[in-house]
Amino acid sequence: MNMLHYWRAMWGIIGRELWRFITQRERFISALVRPLVWLFVFAAGFRSALGLAITPPYETYILYEVYITPGLIGMIQLFNGMQSSLSMVYDREMGSMRILMVSPLPRWFLLLSKLLAGTGVSILQVYVFLVVAWFYDIHAPWQGYLSILPALILSGLMLGALGLLLSSFIKQLENFAGVMNFVIFPMFFMSTALYPLWKMKESSVPLSIIAQYNPFSQAVELIRFALYGQFNQTAFIYVFVAFLIFMSTAIMGYNPSKGMMMKKGGA
Amino acid sequence: MGCCGKTMKTDLALSIENLSFSYSGKKALDQVSFDIHSGKCAFLLGPNGAGKSTLFSLITRLYDTREGRIELCGFDIKQHTQKALAKLGVVFQQTTLDMDLTVMQNLRYHTALQGMGRKQALQCIQQSLERLSMFDRRFEKIRQLNGGHRRRVEIARALLHKPALLLLDEPTVGLDVPSRLAIVEYVHQLAIDEKLAVLWASHLIDEIYPDDHLIVLHKGQIKAKGTVNEVLGITNTSIIQDAFYNLTQGVRA
Repeated sequence: MNMLHYWRAMWGIIGRELWRFITQRERFISALVRPLVWLFVFAAGFRSALGLAITPPYETYILYEVYITPGLIGMIQLFNGMQSSLSMVYDREMGSMRILMVSPLPRWFLLLSKLLAGTGVSILQVYVFLVVAWFYDIHAPWQGYLSILPALILSGLMLGALGLLLSSFIKQLENFAGVMNFVIFPMFFMSTALYPLWKMKESSVPLSIIAQYNPFSQAVELIRFALYGQFNQTAFIYVFVAFLIFMSTAIMGYNPSKGMMMKKGGA
Repeated sequence: MGCCGKTMKTDLALSIENLSFSYSGKKALDQVSFDIHSGKCAFLLGPNGAGKSTLFSLITRLYDTREGRIELCGFDIKQHTQKALAKLGVVFQQTTLDMDLTVMQNLRYHTALQGMGRKQALQCIQQSLERLSMFDRRFEKIRQLNGGHRRRVEIARALLHKPALLLLDEPTVGLDVPSRLAIVEYVHQLAIDEKLAVLWASHLIDEIYPDDHLIVLHKGQIKAKGTVNEVLGITNTSIIQDAFYNLTQGVRA
Protein backbone atom coordinates (compact mmCIF):
# COMPACT_ATOMS: atom_id res chain seq x y z
CA MET A 1 0.00 0.00 0.00
CA ASN A 2 2.72 2.37 0.99
CA MET A 3 4.92 1.46 -1.98
CA LEU A 4 1.95 2.09 -4.22
CA HIS A 5 1.70 5.60 -2.81
CA TYR A 6 5.34 6.28 -3.72
CA TRP A 7 4.88 4.82 -7.17
CA ARG A 8 1.77 6.89 -7.92
CA ALA A 9 3.30 10.07 -6.61
CA MET A 10 6.44 9.58 -8.69
CA TRP A 11 4.47 9.06 -11.88
CA GLY A 12 2.27 12.01 -11.01
CA ILE A 13 5.33 14.25 -10.77
CA ILE A 14 6.96 12.86 -13.93
CA GLY A 15 3.72 12.99 -15.90
CA ARG A 16 3.10 16.60 -14.95
CA GLU A 17 6.59 17.65 -15.98
CA LEU A 18 6.47 15.86 -19.34
CA TRP A 19 3.03 17.19 -20.10
CA ARG A 20 4.08 20.72 -19.25
CA PHE A 21 7.09 20.41 -21.49
CA ILE A 22 5.12 19.11 -24.44
CA THR A 23 2.49 21.82 -24.14
CA GLN A 24 5.05 24.59 -23.88
CA ARG A 25 5.96 24.56 -27.55
CA GLU A 26 8.39 27.48 -27.42
CA ARG A 27 10.42 25.76 -24.76
CA PHE A 28 10.52 22.59 -26.83
CA ILE A 29 11.69 24.40 -29.93
CA SER A 30 14.27 26.58 -28.21
CA ALA A 31 15.68 23.55 -26.42
CA LEU A 32 16.18 21.95 -29.80
CA VAL A 33 17.40 24.97 -31.73
CA ARG A 34 20.30 25.69 -29.37
CA PRO A 35 22.31 22.50 -30.02
CA LEU A 36 21.31 22.47 -33.68
CA VAL A 37 22.73 25.93 -34.21
CA TRP A 38 25.97 24.72 -32.69
CA LEU A 39 25.94 21.69 -34.92
CA PHE A 40 25.05 23.40 -38.17
CA VAL A 41 26.93 26.65 -37.74
CA PHE A 42 29.70 26.35 -35.20
CA ALA A 43 30.78 22.83 -36.04
CA ALA A 44 30.60 23.40 -39.77
CA GLY A 45 32.88 26.39 -39.44
CA PHE A 46 35.29 24.55 -37.21
CA ARG A 47 35.50 21.47 -39.35
CA SER A 48 38.35 22.86 -41.42
CA ALA A 49 40.17 24.55 -38.56
CA LEU A 50 40.46 21.56 -36.32
CA GLY A 51 42.17 18.33 -37.20
CA LEU A 52 41.25 15.41 -34.98
CA ALA A 53 43.41 12.37 -34.41
CA ILE A 54 41.90 8.98 -33.87
CA THR A 55 41.05 8.56 -30.20
CA PRO A 56 38.74 6.08 -28.50
CA PRO A 57 35.88 5.42 -28.91
CA TYR A 58 36.36 6.46 -32.55
CA GLU A 59 38.01 3.96 -34.87
CA THR A 60 38.55 6.15 -37.89
CA TYR A 61 39.08 9.79 -38.64
CA ILE A 62 35.94 11.65 -37.85
CA LEU A 63 34.40 14.93 -38.80
CA TYR A 64 34.24 17.62 -36.18
CA GLU A 65 30.43 17.39 -36.24
CA VAL A 66 30.69 13.81 -35.12
CA TYR A 67 33.05 14.72 -32.31
CA ILE A 68 30.88 17.52 -31.03
CA THR A 69 27.60 15.58 -31.03
CA PRO A 70 28.02 13.96 -27.57
CA GLY A 71 29.11 17.37 -26.27
CA LEU A 72 25.91 18.89 -27.57
CA ILE A 73 23.89 16.10 -26.01
CA GLY A 74 25.59 17.02 -22.75
CA MET A 75 24.72 20.64 -23.43
CA ILE A 76 21.04 19.76 -23.81
CA GLN A 77 21.14 18.01 -20.46
CA LEU A 78 23.13 20.77 -18.80
CA PHE A 79 20.69 23.46 -19.91
CA ASN A 80 17.80 21.25 -19.02
CA GLY A 81 19.13 20.58 -15.54
CA MET A 82 19.56 24.29 -14.96
CA GLN A 83 16.19 25.02 -16.49
CA SER A 84 14.39 22.62 -14.22
CA SER A 85 16.12 24.17 -11.25
CA LEU A 86 15.03 27.55 -12.58
CA SER A 87 11.51 26.23 -12.66
CA MET A 88 11.95 25.13 -9.05
CA VAL A 89 12.92 28.63 -8.03
CA TYR A 90 9.93 29.87 -9.99
CA ASP A 91 7.71 27.23 -8.41
CA ARG A 92 8.92 28.26 -5.02
CA GLU A 93 8.18 31.90 -5.64
CA MET A 94 4.81 31.04 -7.09
CA GLY A 95 4.00 28.61 -4.33
CA SER A 96 3.45 25.39 -6.28
CA MET A 97 6.61 24.07 -4.67
CA ARG A 98 4.77 24.30 -1.38
CA ILE A 99 2.02 22.05 -2.67
CA LEU A 100 4.68 19.48 -3.41
CA MET A 101 6.36 19.93 -0.06
CA VAL A 102 3.18 19.51 2.01
CA SER A 103 2.34 16.20 0.39
CA PRO A 104 2.73 13.33 2.83
CA LEU A 105 5.96 11.87 1.48
CA PRO A 106 9.58 12.27 2.53
CA ARG A 107 11.22 15.29 1.04
CA TRP A 108 14.16 13.40 -0.46
CA PHE A 109 11.73 11.27 -2.41
CA LEU A 110 9.85 14.28 -3.75
CA LEU A 111 13.10 15.90 -4.85
CA LEU A 112 14.33 12.70 -6.46
CA SER A 113 11.06 12.33 -8.36
CA LYS A 114 11.31 15.90 -9.51
CA LEU A 115 14.83 15.15 -10.68
CA LEU A 116 13.75 12.03 -12.56
CA ALA A 117 11.03 14.08 -14.21
CA GLY A 118 13.55 16.67 -15.41
CA THR A 119 15.84 13.91 -16.64
CA GLY A 120 12.96 12.36 -18.57
CA VAL A 121 12.33 15.67 -20.30
CA SER A 122 16.01 16.02 -21.22
CA ILE A 123 16.15 12.50 -22.67
CA LEU A 124 13.16 13.28 -24.83
CA GLN A 125 15.03 16.30 -26.18
CA VAL A 126 18.21 14.30 -26.77
CA TYR A 127 16.43 11.71 -28.90
CA VAL A 128 14.75 14.35 -31.02
CA PHE A 129 18.17 15.96 -31.47
CA LEU A 130 19.69 12.63 -32.48
CA VAL A 131 17.00 12.12 -35.09
CA VAL A 132 17.72 15.52 -36.64
CA ALA A 133 21.47 14.79 -36.47
CA TRP A 134 20.88 11.51 -38.25
CA PHE A 135 19.45 13.34 -41.21
CA TYR A 136 22.53 15.52 -41.10
CA ASP A 137 24.57 12.36 -41.66
CA ILE A 138 25.74 11.89 -38.12
CA HIS A 139 25.23 8.21 -37.59
CA ALA A 140 26.12 6.03 -34.65
CA PRO A 141 25.82 2.24 -34.65
CA TRP A 142 22.19 1.35 -34.01
CA GLN A 143 22.99 -0.33 -30.67
CA GLY A 144 24.48 2.99 -29.63
CA TYR A 145 21.03 4.56 -29.65
CA LEU A 146 20.01 2.04 -26.99
CA SER A 147 23.18 1.90 -24.95
CA ILE A 148 23.18 5.68 -24.66
CA LEU A 149 19.96 5.56 -22.61
CA PRO A 150 21.43 4.47 -19.24
CA ALA A 151 24.25 6.97 -19.72
CA LEU A 152 21.70 9.71 -20.36
CA ILE A 153 19.78 8.79 -17.25
CA LEU A 154 22.86 9.02 -15.07
CA SER A 155 24.25 12.19 -16.62
CA GLY A 156 20.80 13.78 -16.58
CA LEU A 157 20.42 12.96 -12.90
CA MET A 158 23.87 14.35 -12.10
CA LEU A 159 23.31 17.64 -13.95
CA GLY A 160 19.77 17.90 -12.60
CA ALA A 161 21.05 17.39 -9.05
CA LEU A 162 23.52 20.19 -9.63
CA GLY A 163 20.65 22.41 -10.70
CA LEU A 164 18.65 21.35 -7.67
CA LEU A 165 21.58 22.16 -5.43
CA LEU A 166 21.88 25.60 -6.98
CA SER A 167 18.15 26.20 -6.66
CA SER A 168 18.35 25.60 -2.93
CA PHE A 169 20.93 28.40 -2.72
CA ILE A 170 19.27 30.88 -5.01
CA LYS A 171 16.92 33.20 -3.21
CA GLN A 172 15.20 34.75 -6.14
CA LEU A 173 14.63 34.29 -9.79
CA GLU A 174 16.74 37.30 -10.74
CA ASN A 175 19.91 35.71 -9.40
CA PHE A 176 19.61 33.05 -11.99
CA ALA A 177 21.32 35.02 -14.74
CA GLY A 178 24.44 34.88 -12.59
CA VAL A 179 24.22 31.12 -12.45
CA MET A 180 24.05 30.96 -16.21
CA ASN A 181 27.24 32.99 -16.44
CA PHE A 182 29.13 31.39 -13.61
CA VAL A 183 28.01 27.80 -13.94
CA ILE A 184 26.75 26.90 -17.39
CA PHE A 185 29.29 28.69 -19.54
CA PRO A 186 32.45 27.75 -17.61
CA MET A 187 31.25 24.18 -17.30
CA PHE A 188 30.55 23.90 -20.98
CA PHE A 189 33.63 25.64 -22.33
CA MET A 190 36.08 24.09 -19.88
CA SER A 191 35.14 20.58 -20.85
CA THR A 192 35.72 17.98 -23.51
CA ALA A 193 32.43 18.87 -25.18
CA LEU A 194 34.06 21.04 -27.83
CA TYR A 195 37.69 19.85 -27.96
CA PRO A 196 39.46 16.71 -26.88
CA LEU A 197 41.77 16.89 -23.90
CA TRP A 198 45.01 16.39 -25.84
CA LYS A 199 44.12 19.28 -28.10
CA MET A 200 43.53 21.50 -25.09
CA LYS A 201 46.83 20.42 -23.55
CA GLU A 202 48.67 21.78 -26.57
CA SER A 203 47.57 25.28 -25.78
CA SER A 204 47.06 25.27 -22.02
CA VAL A 205 47.94 22.58 -19.51
CA PRO A 206 46.01 24.11 -16.57
CA LEU A 207 42.90 24.35 -18.74
CA SER A 208 43.16 20.72 -19.70
CA ILE A 209 43.50 19.73 -16.05
CA ILE A 210 40.37 21.69 -15.14
CA ALA A 211 38.57 20.12 -18.07
CA GLN A 212 39.62 16.66 -17.00
CA TYR A 213 38.16 17.05 -13.52
CA ASN A 214 35.07 18.91 -14.62
CA PRO A 215 32.14 16.58 -13.92
CA PHE A 216 30.49 17.81 -17.08
CA SER A 217 33.44 16.48 -19.13
CA GLN A 218 33.01 13.11 -17.52
CA ALA A 219 29.33 13.13 -18.33
CA VAL A 220 30.13 13.97 -21.95
CA GLU A 221 32.69 11.17 -22.13
CA LEU A 222 30.23 8.72 -20.61
CA ILE A 223 27.73 9.66 -23.31
CA ARG A 224 30.38 9.63 -26.06
CA PHE A 225 31.47 6.08 -25.27
CA ALA A 226 27.91 4.86 -24.74
CA LEU A 227 26.89 6.20 -28.15
CA TYR A 228 29.39 3.75 -29.64
CA GLY A 229 28.29 0.90 -27.44
CA GLN A 230 31.24 1.20 -25.06
CA PHE A 231 31.39 1.62 -21.32
CA ASN A 232 33.72 4.22 -19.85
CA GLN A 233 34.24 3.08 -16.29
CA THR A 234 36.15 6.10 -15.01
CA ALA A 235 33.52 8.46 -16.33
CA PHE A 236 30.76 6.31 -14.89
CA ILE A 237 32.24 6.31 -11.39
CA TYR A 238 33.02 10.00 -11.56
CA VAL A 239 29.53 10.95 -12.69
CA PHE A 240 27.90 8.64 -10.18
CA VAL A 241 29.88 10.03 -7.24
CA ALA A 242 29.23 13.60 -8.39
CA PHE A 243 25.51 12.79 -8.50
CA LEU A 244 25.57 11.44 -4.95
CA ILE A 245 27.38 14.51 -3.65
CA PHE A 246 25.15 17.02 -5.43
CA MET A 247 21.98 15.16 -4.51
CA SER A 248 22.75 14.76 -0.81
CA THR A 249 23.76 18.40 -0.52
CA ALA A 250 20.59 19.47 -2.32
CA ILE A 251 18.46 17.37 0.03
CA MET A 252 20.15 19.05 2.95
CA GLY A 253 19.41 22.39 1.33
CA TYR A 254 15.72 21.57 1.24
CA ASN A 255 15.62 20.08 4.71
CA PRO A 256 13.51 22.33 6.92
CA SER A 257 15.71 22.01 9.98
CA LYS A 258 19.18 22.23 8.50
CA GLY A 259 18.82 23.91 5.21
CA MET A 260 18.91 27.23 3.59
CA MET A 261 15.12 27.40 3.59
CA MET A 262 15.47 28.92 7.03
CA LYS A 263 17.29 31.95 5.74
CA LYS A 264 14.86 32.66 3.00
CA GLY A 265 11.92 33.55 5.14
CA GLY A 266 9.52 31.70 2.89
CA ALA A 267 7.87 32.61 -0.33
CA MET B 1 -6.20 22.28 29.15
CA GLY B 2 -4.12 19.86 31.13
CA CYS B 3 -3.94 16.31 29.94
CA CYS B 4 -6.85 15.19 27.92
CA GLY B 5 -8.08 11.65 27.56
CA LYS B 6 -8.11 9.61 24.38
CA THR B 7 -11.65 10.58 23.55
CA MET B 8 -10.85 14.25 23.76
CA LYS B 9 -7.80 13.83 21.62
CA THR B 10 -9.59 12.28 18.68
CA ASP B 11 -11.61 15.39 18.02
CA LEU B 12 -8.61 17.65 18.43
CA ALA B 13 -7.52 18.40 14.89
CA LEU B 14 -4.75 20.87 15.62
CA SER B 15 -2.88 21.42 18.81
CA ILE B 16 -0.12 23.98 19.16
CA GLU B 17 1.86 24.22 22.34
CA ASN B 18 4.34 26.91 23.39
CA LEU B 19 5.46 27.53 19.85
CA SER B 20 8.26 30.05 19.39
CA PHE B 21 10.23 30.89 16.30
CA SER B 22 12.76 33.52 15.40
CA TYR B 23 14.52 34.71 12.26
CA SER B 24 18.13 35.53 13.02
CA GLY B 25 17.43 36.60 16.58
CA LYS B 26 14.19 38.44 15.91
CA LYS B 27 11.17 36.73 17.45
CA ALA B 28 8.39 36.08 14.96
CA LEU B 29 6.36 33.85 17.25
CA ASP B 30 6.48 33.90 21.01
CA GLN B 31 4.97 31.11 23.14
CA VAL B 32 1.97 30.56 20.92
CA SER B 33 -0.53 27.92 22.09
CA PHE B 34 -4.01 27.08 20.85
CA ASP B 35 -6.21 24.14 19.82
CA ILE B 36 -8.76 23.67 17.10
CA HIS B 37 -11.42 20.99 17.39
CA SER B 38 -13.15 19.14 14.57
CA GLY B 39 -16.13 20.96 13.13
CA LYS B 40 -14.87 24.36 14.26
CA CYS B 41 -13.82 27.34 12.22
CA ALA B 42 -11.03 29.35 13.82
CA PHE B 43 -10.05 32.73 12.46
CA LEU B 44 -6.51 33.90 12.80
CA LEU B 45 -6.53 37.68 12.93
CA GLY B 46 -3.54 39.92 13.02
CA PRO B 47 -2.02 42.89 11.28
CA ASN B 48 0.74 42.43 8.70
CA GLY B 49 3.87 41.08 10.31
CA ALA B 50 1.98 39.56 13.23
CA GLY B 51 3.48 36.14 12.52
CA LYS B 52 0.63 34.53 10.58
CA SER B 53 2.80 33.50 7.65
CA THR B 54 5.43 32.09 9.97
CA LEU B 55 2.78 30.09 11.78
CA PHE B 56 1.48 28.68 8.50
CA SER B 57 4.98 27.85 7.35
CA LEU B 58 5.55 25.93 10.56
CA ILE B 59 2.28 24.01 10.34
CA THR B 60 2.99 23.06 6.71
CA ARG B 61 6.55 22.26 7.77
CA LEU B 62 8.25 24.58 5.37
CA TYR B 63 10.23 25.52 8.45
CA ASP B 64 11.12 23.21 11.23
CA THR B 65 9.69 23.64 14.68
CA ARG B 66 12.46 24.36 17.14
CA GLU B 67 10.67 25.42 20.29
CA GLY B 68 7.27 24.09 21.15
CA ARG B 69 5.06 21.50 19.50
CA ILE B 70 2.58 21.15 16.67
CA GLU B 71 0.26 18.15 16.53
CA LEU B 72 -2.22 17.24 13.83
CA CYS B 73 -4.79 14.71 15.02
CA GLY B 74 -2.35 13.64 17.68
CA PHE B 75 0.60 13.23 15.28
CA ASP B 76 3.60 15.34 16.12
CA ILE B 77 4.61 17.13 12.92
CA LYS B 78 8.27 16.64 13.63
CA GLN B 79 8.25 12.99 14.59
CA HIS B 80 5.42 11.72 12.37
CA THR B 81 5.66 14.22 9.56
CA GLN B 82 4.00 12.16 6.86
CA LYS B 83 1.12 10.98 9.02
CA ALA B 84 0.52 14.53 10.17
CA LEU B 85 0.73 16.04 6.70
CA ALA B 86 -1.76 13.48 5.39
CA LYS B 87 -4.35 15.08 7.67
CA LEU B 88 -3.74 18.52 6.27
CA GLY B 89 -5.35 20.39 3.40
CA VAL B 90 -3.98 23.81 2.45
CA VAL B 91 -5.02 26.74 0.33
CA PHE B 92 -2.13 29.16 0.06
CA GLN B 93 -2.48 32.85 -0.38
CA GLN B 94 -0.99 32.86 -3.85
CA THR B 95 -2.52 30.57 -6.37
CA THR B 96 -0.59 27.34 -6.71
CA LEU B 97 -2.29 25.85 -9.74
CA ASP B 98 -0.61 25.12 -13.05
CA MET B 99 -2.07 27.72 -15.37
CA ASP B 100 -1.54 25.72 -18.55
CA LEU B 101 -3.01 22.51 -17.26
CA THR B 102 -6.70 21.74 -16.99
CA VAL B 103 -8.67 21.62 -13.76
CA MET B 104 -8.68 17.85 -14.01
CA GLN B 105 -4.92 17.60 -14.57
CA ASN B 106 -4.23 19.83 -11.62
CA LEU B 107 -6.42 17.73 -9.38
CA ARG B 108 -5.05 14.45 -10.69
CA TYR B 109 -1.56 15.66 -9.83
CA HIS B 110 -2.68 16.24 -6.29
CA THR B 111 -4.36 12.84 -5.95
CA ALA B 112 -1.16 11.23 -7.24
CA LEU B 113 0.85 13.01 -4.58
CA GLN B 114 -1.61 11.77 -2.01
CA GLY B 115 -1.22 8.24 -3.34
CA MET B 116 -4.81 7.80 -4.45
CA GLY B 117 -5.62 5.26 -7.15
CA ARG B 118 -7.32 6.24 -10.39
CA LYS B 119 -10.81 5.08 -9.52
CA GLN B 120 -10.85 6.61 -6.08
CA ALA B 121 -9.26 9.79 -7.41
CA LEU B 122 -11.85 10.30 -10.12
CA GLN B 123 -14.65 9.67 -7.68
CA CYS B 124 -13.30 12.16 -5.14
CA ILE B 125 -12.62 14.76 -7.82
CA GLN B 126 -16.17 14.51 -9.13
CA GLN B 127 -17.62 14.79 -5.65
CA SER B 128 -15.40 17.68 -4.70
CA LEU B 129 -15.99 19.64 -7.89
CA GLU B 130 -19.72 19.03 -7.92
CA ARG B 131 -20.06 20.48 -4.45
CA LEU B 132 -18.47 23.66 -5.74
CA SER B 133 -20.39 23.55 -9.05
CA MET B 134 -17.17 23.27 -11.00
CA PHE B 135 -17.54 19.78 -12.42
CA ASP B 136 -18.68 21.00 -15.85
CA ARG B 137 -15.53 23.01 -16.20
CA ARG B 138 -13.11 20.22 -15.40
CA PHE B 139 -11.53 20.16 -18.86
CA GLU B 140 -10.85 23.89 -18.99
CA LYS B 141 -7.40 25.25 -18.47
CA ILE B 142 -6.88 27.21 -15.26
CA ARG B 143 -5.86 30.24 -17.29
CA GLN B 144 -9.40 30.43 -18.69
CA LEU B 145 -10.99 30.59 -15.24
CA ASN B 146 -11.63 33.76 -13.27
CA GLY B 147 -10.16 34.37 -9.82
CA GLY B 148 -13.18 33.08 -7.93
CA HIS B 149 -13.31 29.86 -9.89
CA ARG B 150 -9.59 29.29 -9.47
CA ARG B 151 -10.04 29.60 -5.73
CA ARG B 152 -12.85 27.07 -5.83
CA VAL B 153 -10.59 24.64 -7.63
CA GLU B 154 -7.95 25.14 -4.98
CA ILE B 155 -10.41 24.52 -2.19
CA ALA B 156 -11.67 21.43 -3.98
CA ARG B 157 -8.09 20.25 -4.29
CA ALA B 158 -7.31 20.83 -0.63
CA LEU B 159 -10.25 18.61 0.31
CA LEU B 160 -9.66 15.71 -2.08
CA HIS B 161 -7.81 13.54 0.39
CA LYS B 162 -10.35 14.19 3.18
CA PRO B 163 -8.11 16.10 5.55
CA ALA B 164 -9.03 16.73 9.17
CA LEU B 165 -7.69 20.27 9.13
CA LEU B 166 -8.07 22.85 6.41
CA LEU B 167 -5.62 25.76 6.40
CA LEU B 168 -6.71 28.83 4.50
CA ASP B 169 -4.27 31.67 4.05
CA GLU B 170 -6.35 34.69 3.10
CA PRO B 171 -8.13 32.78 0.36
CA THR B 172 -10.59 35.51 -0.55
CA VAL B 173 -8.13 38.32 -1.21
CA GLY B 174 -8.76 39.91 -4.59
CA LEU B 175 -12.15 38.28 -5.16
CA ASP B 176 -15.38 40.10 -5.86
CA VAL B 177 -18.07 40.19 -3.18
CA PRO B 178 -20.32 37.37 -4.46
CA SER B 179 -17.37 34.97 -4.91
CA ARG B 180 -16.10 35.91 -1.50
CA LEU B 181 -19.42 35.32 0.22
CA ALA B 182 -19.89 32.03 -1.59
CA ILE B 183 -16.53 30.73 -0.38
CA VAL B 184 -17.09 31.93 3.18
CA GLU B 185 -20.45 30.22 3.32
CA TYR B 186 -19.19 27.06 1.70
CA VAL B 187 -16.32 26.62 4.13
CA HIS B 188 -18.50 27.22 7.18
CA GLN B 189 -20.99 24.66 5.94
CA LEU B 190 -18.19 22.22 5.24
CA ALA B 191 -16.90 22.47 8.78
CA ILE B 192 -20.31 21.42 10.07
CA ASP B 193 -21.07 18.75 7.46
CA GLU B 194 -17.71 17.08 7.30
CA LYS B 195 -16.58 17.66 10.86
CA LEU B 196 -13.66 19.55 9.44
CA ALA B 197 -11.48 21.87 11.50
CA VAL B 198 -10.58 25.10 9.74
CA LEU B 199 -7.82 27.56 10.48
CA TRP B 200 -8.46 30.66 8.45
CA ALA B 201 -6.12 33.64 8.26
CA SER B 202 -7.96 36.74 7.22
CA HIS B 203 -8.06 40.50 7.28
CA LEU B 204 -11.72 40.65 6.51
CA ILE B 205 -13.76 40.69 9.65
CA ASP B 206 -17.10 40.32 7.89
CA GLU B 207 -16.11 36.75 7.05
CA ILE B 208 -16.42 35.72 10.65
CA TYR B 209 -19.62 34.01 11.85
CA PRO B 210 -20.85 34.43 15.42
CA ASP B 211 -20.05 30.79 16.31
CA ASP B 212 -16.48 30.96 15.10
CA HIS B 213 -13.39 31.00 17.24
CA LEU B 214 -10.92 33.84 17.14
CA ILE B 215 -7.19 33.88 17.62
CA VAL B 216 -5.76 37.38 17.67
CA LEU B 217 -2.06 37.46 16.95
CA HIS B 218 0.05 40.56 17.34
CA LYS B 219 3.83 40.86 17.20
CA GLY B 220 4.17 37.10 17.51
CA GLN B 221 2.03 36.78 20.62
CA ILE B 222 -1.53 35.68 21.13
CA LYS B 223 -3.44 38.63 22.47
CA ALA B 224 -6.76 36.86 22.80
CA LYS B 225 -8.40 33.58 21.88
CA GLY B 226 -11.83 32.07 22.29
CA THR B 227 -15.27 32.34 20.76
CA VAL B 228 -16.35 35.63 19.28
CA ASN B 229 -18.36 36.43 22.43
CA GLU B 230 -15.49 35.55 24.73
CA VAL B 231 -13.12 37.85 22.88
CA LEU B 232 -15.67 40.64 22.90
CA GLY B 233 -16.04 40.04 26.64
CA ILE B 234 -12.32 40.22 27.33
CA THR B 235 -11.97 43.48 25.44
CA ASN B 236 -15.27 44.86 26.66
CA THR B 237 -16.36 45.73 23.16
CA SER B 238 -19.46 44.96 21.15
CA ILE B 239 -18.04 44.48 17.67
CA ILE B 240 -15.02 42.55 16.43
CA GLN B 241 -13.50 45.61 14.74
CA ASP B 242 -13.18 47.38 18.08
CA ALA B 243 -11.89 44.30 19.85
CA PHE B 244 -9.26 43.82 17.16
CA TYR B 245 -8.28 47.46 17.28
CA ASN B 246 -7.89 47.44 21.03
CA LEU B 247 -5.87 44.26 21.07
CA THR B 248 -3.47 45.25 18.35
CA GLN B 249 -3.01 48.87 19.37
CA GLY B 250 -2.26 47.84 22.93
CA VAL B 251 -5.14 49.84 24.40
CA ARG B 252 -7.21 47.62 26.56
CA ALA B 253 -10.62 49.05 27.16
